[in-house]
Amino acid sequence: MRRHNLLLIFSVLGGLVLLFIIAPLAGMFLKGSGMAFSSTIHEKEVLESIRLTIVISLVTTSIFAVFGVPLAYLLARYTFPLKNLVLAIIDLPVVIPHTAAGIAILGFISRDTIPGRIASFIGIDFVGNPAGIGLAMAFVSVPFLVNAARDGFISVPVRLEKAALSLGAGHFTVFRTISLPLAWRSIMTGFVMMFARGLSEFGAVVIIAYHPMITPVLIYERFGTFGLKYAQPVAVLFVLVSLSFFVLLRFISSRKRNA
Amino acid sequence: MLEVRNLCLKLDEFELTDINFSVGDGDYFIILGESGSGKSLILESLLGMYHPDQGEIQFRGKNITETPISLRPAGIVFQDHLVFPHLTVFENIAYPLKRQHIKPREIRRKVVEMAEKLNISGLLHKKKEKLSGGELQRVALARTLVMKPPLLLLDEPLSSLDVTLKSEIRRLLRQLHREGQTIIHVTHDYVEAIALGNKVAILEKGTILQSGDIHEVFLKPKSAFVARMAGISNFFHVITDHTSEGKRIAVTDNGYMIHCTLEDDSKEGYALIKAGEITVSVNKPESSAMNVFRGVITEVADSPEGKELWIDCGIEIVALITRESFARLQLDIGLECWVSWKSSEVKFIDL
Repeated sequence: MRRHNLLLIFSVLGGLVLLFIIAPLAGMFLKGSGMAFSSTIHEKEVLESIRLTIVISLVTTSIFAVFGVPLAYLLARYTFPLKNLVLAIIDLPVVIPHTAAGIAILGFISRDTIPGRIASFIGIDFVGNPAGIGLAMAFVSVPFLVNAARDGFISVPVRLEKAALSLGAGHFTVFRTISLPLAWRSIMTGFVMMFARGLSEFGAVVIIAYHPMITPVLIYERFGTFGLKYAQPVAVLFVLVSLSFFVLLRFISSRKRNA
Repeated sequence: MLEVRNLCLKLDEFELTDINFSVGDGDYFIILGESGSGKSLILESLLGMYHPDQGEIQFRGKNITETPISLRPAGIVFQDHLVFPHLTVFENIAYPLKRQHIKPREIRRKVVEMAEKLNISGLLHKKKEKLSGGELQRVALARTLVMKPPLLLLDEPLSSLDVTLKSEIRRLLRQLHREGQTIIHVTHDYVEAIALGNKVAILEKGTILQSGDIHEVFLKPKSAFVARMAGISNFFHVITDHTSEGKRIAVTDNGYMIHCTLEDDSKEGYALIKAGEITVSVNKPESSAMNVFRGVITEVADSPEGKELWIDCGIEIVALITRESFARLQLDIGLECWVSWKSSEVKFIDL
């Protein structure tokens, strides 16, 4: 087959995939009524749920980055027994149904479990609480952060770290001054992916906390109660807000890389 | 003084075996060997990047075999420079100083001073991607020198440089040596070794074949490999025989006779002739030289000393002549010529 024929066929096939992603989103934006949208952006309930969703996802991602980035470094740099099992465990949340994940987390943090009792003792009740929502978001989205950060650390030549050691730096200093800045772009990509995945989580969250209502749950509730017409403006607004944050974080990470 | 005793290290399929050498304070020690002979591995073991399976490294009487990299008394300039790509040249050179908790003003003074010494003052705000190979080499050298390591380890520091830069860096290394810096330098280039070192170890497949004073090793090579590494181009495996007149001679594997001085009990060995000891002429020479061959020039190459000629006489002879002689004799590839050398110029190595 001649090369330009191959290019043409593959472009058409690829274009259909892109169309499949773009068409529903474009349809949602084009079909929506401007008046409905305008009144939605003034609804306190909607704005509060968007704020809650963004804050919980951002805080959760930041907290899990503190634990996930060192884990990613370990996985990138060291070999140890059962490493493949650890890698499989990290990928597990991606393959299990999210409602099942929600059930699993609920079973782990409900009031009659040890973690639930400990949390209750210090005044936190995960069920029906933003902390529980954060756990549900993190469970399904943390693999994106760990895997991206691990890829980033793998791409940093070990010899650069050894050169830094030979210049008198200790291991922590090498991590802080060489490995982390050089893997920064991948880590930020993972951060953005985890944050975005957390924003959009519905299945696991709805099992743990229907209230306070994050936006995906609110959209579902409006659709179930009032129908498509009432759910659509909230969906459009949430997609716009999510996209804005996505672009902003990507911009910050690329500025940091080029600095 | 650095002493390496019985160092053994196995890494995948490669092995360093029983490495022994010592480097005195102020020495310029060359480790000379072909690619893959383990030169860099020795350096990286000295630096602590690899821990030996066996053996000991001592520096000024202290065992440093297990000392962590960051506490070793050595600084290295890697072959691939390993300049940190996310830092400017200034930040790269300041990197080891920051680890020593020196005041920022003092760091700036030292970095600027070192940059001036290495002629890279104009590059201080640039990053790696904007630097040429020679500039990277000087930045890497500045970054290591600024921490004043008792031992400076250089891994093929001239390999990626053009002729002008090579000469510039050589001058700098000589200056450092004169200032008393102890240097261990690995290379595959015997010219580099002669130009810079005062001691040498010849390495082949993870084993040191010969070490000592550089002139002694190069003048009295103990094996064909050492001779080749020392730049002796003509070496032939020979067995001893007698001519019809009863004179003892060396015979190459393809039956060519080489006149040389032989011990009574010599039976087999290598005959070595330096390229510069071979005389090339257009007509058959009438001289006292016992070894005279006719051949065809198959290759000509420039070398710093003149012209190198490859001459097929049945055995391949490499001769080194001046450019003037090459022009005067109107030699060229494909032309016939005569080569000759005296018996006394042949070094015989007994096997």
